[in-house]
Amino acid sequence: MSELKQELKEKIIEQLNLEDVAVDEIQDNDLLFGEGLGLDSIDALELIVMLDKDYGIKLADPKEGRKIFESVQTMAAYIEANRSR
Amino acid sequence: MNKNNFIQGYCRIKDNTVLKNEELLFSEDTSTLNEFLKLAYQHFKTDYSKFFKMDRLSKLGFLCADVLLNSLKENNLFQENTAIVLANKSASLDTDRKYQKSIEDADNYFPSPAVFVYTLPNICMGEISIRHKLYSENSFFIFDAFNADYLWEYTNSLLQNKKADSVLCGWVDVDEDSYEAFLYVVSANGNLNHTKEEITRLYFTNE
Repeated sequence: MSELKQELKEKIIEQLNLEDVAVDEIQDNDLLFGEGLGLDSIDALELIVMLDKDYGIKLADPKEGRKIFESVQTMAAYIEANRSR
Repeated sequence: MNKNNFIQGYCRIKDNTVLKNEELLFSEDTSTLNEFLKLAYQHFKTDYSKFFKMDRLSKLGFLCADVLLNSLKENNLFQENTAIVLANKSASLDTDRKYQKSIEDADNYFPSPAVFVYTLPNICMGEISIRHKLYSENSFFIFDAFNADYLWEYTNSLLQNKKADSVLCGWVDVDEDSYEAFLYVVSANGNLNHTKEEITRLYFTNE
């Protein structure tokens, strides 16, 4: 799980172009949206694509993303439980 | 009767250099436009993290506008009701190609929303407007080449019809290895006459 969380932090930084954020600055329970990392709605869509592309998880309802993408911790837990690759 | 308008200042980004009113502000030899823009962003202490999410056209237009408008702000010459009139030759082709690549393989079909949002050239104006809190008129035109006549006429129309107090105008183009931004601000005050000849002269200076 800790390996997956590290991987997710690296992917988030790279794929969402967070040039001024370092991996060790993201804590497992930091909020990704709003006052946390400040991600926006386009970032949310990118994360949905990332789940599909890298972990074989298709979100049928984008509203599900609100809970899944709350933090790296919640993302990792969801991926562990649902991944097909 | 046409009231005289003036060019308040201008900025050019081309060939790894940033010039404002012919003064060299930044120059760095780099192999890619993205690398150059990142170094220029750092040099000007831009401090706007969303910059790195933009496509190359928006980054180029945003940075050129930022240098110019910040200079006007420092001199208390910036006007809130600043319209934007931009033009280029390649529209958003640079990003269109990138997006096309992400959808051309049916077995590896993962279109990127973050790339898709930049598949229109006028998004560049949106980025400038958000940064400088402009709630003004804006238009983006596509021409085969820099068209001073059209920009002059459209800008004068906006000012004479009181649609804006000043206008940020010019050319922002990116296509593969070729890029160029030339922006200028027109208002009722300034040192350079806003004429087709003067716009053309400034555009071709340092060409």
